[in-house]
Amino acid sequence: MEILLEAKSLSKAYVKTTGFFSRTRITIKALDNISVNIRKGITLAVVGESGSGKSTLAKSLIRLIELDKGSITFKGRNIRTIHGDDLKKTRKNIQMIFQDPYASLNPRMKIIKIMQEPLKIHGIGNSATQYSKILSMIRRVGLVEDDLSKYPHQFSGGQRQRIGIARALILEPELVICDEPVSALDVSVQAQIIQLLKSLQKEFGLTYLFITHDLRIVRHIANEVIVMKDGKLIEQGKTDIIFRNPKTKYTKELLSSIPGNLSKRK
Amino acid sequence: MKNNILEINNLKIFPNNNSRLKLVKNISLSLKKGKTTCIVGESGSGKSLTALSVMQLLSSQLNMSGSIVFEGVNLANLTKEEVRKRRGKDIAMIFQEPMTSLNPVLTIGYQIEEAIRVHENLTKTDLNKRVEELLYIVGILSERINSYPDELSGGQRQRVMIAIAISCSPKLLIADEPTTALDVTVQAQILNLLNDLKLKFDMTMLFITHDFGVVEDIADDVAVMYQGEIVEQGTVLNILKKPKHPYTKALLDCVPDSHGEKDLKPIDYAALKRAMG
Repeated sequence: MEILLEAKSLSKAYVKTTGFFSRTRITIKALDNISVNIRKGITLAVVGESGSGKSTLAKSLIRLIELDKGSITFKGRNIRTIHGDDLKKTRKNIQMIFQDPYASLNPRMKIIKIMQEPLKIHGIGNSATQYSKILSMIRRVGLVEDDLSKYPHQFSGGQRQRIGIARALILEPELVICDEPVSALDVSVQAQIIQLLKSLQKEFGLTYLFITHDLRIVRHIANEVIVMKDGKLIEQGKTDIIFRNPKTKYTKELLSSIPGNLSKRK
Repeated sequence: MKNNILEINNLKIFPNNNSRLKLVKNISLSLKKGKTTCIVGESGSGKSLTALSVMQLLSSQLNMSGSIVFEGVNLANLTKEEVRKRRGKDIAMIFQEPMTSLNPVLTIGYQIEEAIRVHENLTKTDLNKRVEELLYIVGILSERINSYPDELSGGQRQRVMIAIAISCSPKLLIADEPTTALDVTVQAQILNLLNDLKLKFDMTMLFITHDFGVVEDIADDVAVMYQGEIVEQGTVLNILKKPKHPYTKALLDCVPDSHGEKDLKPIDYAALKRAMG
């Protein structure tokens, strides 16, 4: 299968100051020599606890964070060295869906504006073609035309996440980075959003990098998994294989922590 | 029933300014002594309000009717002072956000001590001994006694909250989504800790959650809430394996299972409404 994105030995360290007058400096390795390949058309899940570096990895792929070291090749181009228009074009192709649908939509913008913004930035279409594009996308994610003239606060969490998905997909990206897209949602809404993401993937041939701490969801959505801990890549492979036959102690511990196992009870 | 420690009868909760709007509609629930009862539901189902009403901690803008009988005494009829004597001593509570429920400018040792001093008159040495013992029980090293909450991880803070909650050996512990904000591995540790404490001190637990996985791990009895009503209740095995109510079935269908083998089905609220009549 074609490799869409190839990340090689990514490293990123943060310096944290603690103690009296911040005299103690601690270096935290958020990414410690991580290499990942993302194959076209699949869902790759990144699993780890908070502080494992999974969000740093996601953000570094669209250069929201500048890395200390490493190379990222997306469709044959090194993302880390491109500038200006080239970077813009690449970013159009890699879009992101965020965890908190309450914080990721501008509260002062109507949905139509939120949806138009990416199209304007990338100079796609005139206002008539933009409108029809937005309308079909907003309907595709399960909302209606009237919703375009509303503000984010008029929607529920699940609906806002649908808007976030529509905004990410309006630019027809190839790679979508989903940073814990369902963690803030109720279980019933969570199931809706997962189904929506799956059907959109089929329809548009999307590739997902899916960041989550919930292993139950991984099993439902991902073809491949990488497990991270303290900025290091602990284990990677096909979802089925990792779940059936985890190699490292840490992955075993993660799997045994999955809630919902009557047989485990004393 | 003699082995029921708490009986909630015909509980209704409504805003002061609109008594027709029922946030909790006439629910009745009994907690068996020494057992863990889980209330499961989506956000807005009224599960947290039910828990708060047992602690008599409802917002002053809300009102309740019905009775909450704890060991034969109706808590709703008690004065504020009488309720305060029971709160923390007989009935204790832990919350979802261990970050916001601890005071950031006081050491954890002081905060645990404070909880004991409210209800018991102990000497300084006894008090210290007790705090160290509690830290040991919940699995925190005693040298952390002078640490501030921001020096602890989320899981450790929740352990401190649990130490405070069990400091006066309560008969009933109410836990409102205590593991929702925690990582999976930490969640598993905290659930184990709560279960051990329940057995060790013969505590009764009322456990609020939206996660059927957690229910499967910790519950003896389950009550499923939907739109302010208990739509189904029973033993954990009956609810999980033989759900009767259409809402319980729908809610179970949308929860990913630990093996990830079933298909997720979002709740079809229109079909549910038809099924419920």
